[in-house]
Amino acid sequence: MKPAAFAYAKARSLDHAIELLGTREGARVLAGGQSLIAALNMRLDAPPLLVDINGVSGLDRIERPDGQVEIGALVRHAQALGSQVVARDAPLIARALPHIAHPAIRNRGTVGGSIAYADPAAELPACLLALAGEVDITGPAGRRTVKADDFFLGLFETALGPGEILTAIRVPAATPQMRCGFAELARRHGDYALVGLAACARADGAGLRDSRFVFFGVGATPVRARKAEAVLDARGFDGLDEAVAALADDLHPEDDIHASGKAKRHLAGVLLRRVVREMQDPWA
Amino acid sequence: MSTAVEVTLMVNGERVSAAVEPRKTLVDFLREDLALTGSHVGCEHGVCGACTVRLDGAIVRGCLTLAVQCDGAVVETIEGVSDSGEIADLQQAFERRNALQCGYCTPGMLLTAAELLKSGEVPSREAIRAYLSGNYCRCTGYHAIVDAVEAVARARAGQVGVGEAQ
Repeated sequence: MKPAAFAYAKARSLDHAIELLGTREGARVLAGGQSLIAALNMRLDAPPLLVDINGVSGLDRIERPDGQVEIGALVRHAQALGSQVVARDAPLIARALPHIAHPAIRNRGTVGGSIAYADPAAELPACLLALAGEVDITGPAGRRTVKADDFFLGLFETALGPGEILTAIRVPAATPQMRCGFAELARRHGDYALVGLAACARADGAGLRDSRFVFFGVGATPVRARKAEAVLDARGFDGLDEAVAALADDLHPEDDIHASGKAKRHLAGVLLRRVVREMQDPWA
Repeated sequence: MSTAVEVTLMVNGERVSAAVEPRKTLVDFLREDLALTGSHVGCEHGVCGACTVRLDGAIVRGCLTLAVQCDGAVVETIEGVSDSGEIADLQQAFERRNALQCGYCTPGMLLTAAELLKSGEVPSREAIRAYLSGNYCRCTGYHAIVDAVEAVARARAGQVGVGEAQ
């Protein structure tokens, strides 16, 4: 199908973009457009105005502030995938990127767009939450920073308010103690996940501490498996069976056209075993 | 309301100026306004890859890019890369190996394969399949397509001639 008619404005700067967003209720930000234009083509959405931020300078950088990795909102997936900084200092994101769609979509889609769109089956929102990252937001009232824990509120719903733009994400840079793991199941390489898991923890002797296991494709938002995390933090790798059992309390996936909720929960257990083994022996 | 917007871009080496409706996708602009019908319209939501074109040197979905966003951009289509001879070996290999039947997916397959082979390395068959995963073929299955891409990769690397690798 073709999109309904809309007006188009190209922003010259971040301030200009915010000004343009304020001119029309329901105006949407256009970055890579790889989810938005698909939704417009299918007439799932019909905003009156698209504000194109692709010409806004300064949003396409990958930087390395002290102890952190900062990825600008307009960094394309392909750019992040080719980045030495991401590969070295944000290995969880580097692991997830090849699973995002296909080359032609990775050339155009942006990191900020993926986070702001917050598809519950997308990879990067789960990574941001697993890494306890944060997002920078600029809007009519100025600039603010929101923790990933407080950002994903519901189905395609985030802490972004009307007229606000996500400008960057930040995650802690990898340390020698950090362990991360990633796995997802999809019917076709590059499709949205049936079930996926992004995980991060601190190695402590033979065990893990401060675990954050985030499943995606199993609910309205990326979902932390808090009971499974608590088991793994307390019992280490010996607690793996118990942690898998705890997923019954953590996850409540609903049936969808791809799989039943029951099947998804089973697959979540399979992924938990894979990812924990990977974190146990990152050099295997 | 949607006022037409003036855009100027390079398409297959030629400068093009036009007034486009904001809602017009790049692939519709190429096909309807410029009569470049080699890029095909399939699913119109980014899944099938039939509309693949190059934008500023990188492949993109023509259905997930708006023409109005291409002001100042360089666009290359299957017509451009065919005329320049850039992918003549790939086209020859597709023909020789029956890597197409109806041909609907072929322009997108060729542009995607061309990007994969740009580095000059010889990718594994798994890597070829992964790179082409966003391009649907509903006729042949993918075996002959992977064969053709692999044969060209080897030939370009001097490992074996395209004609020999049958």
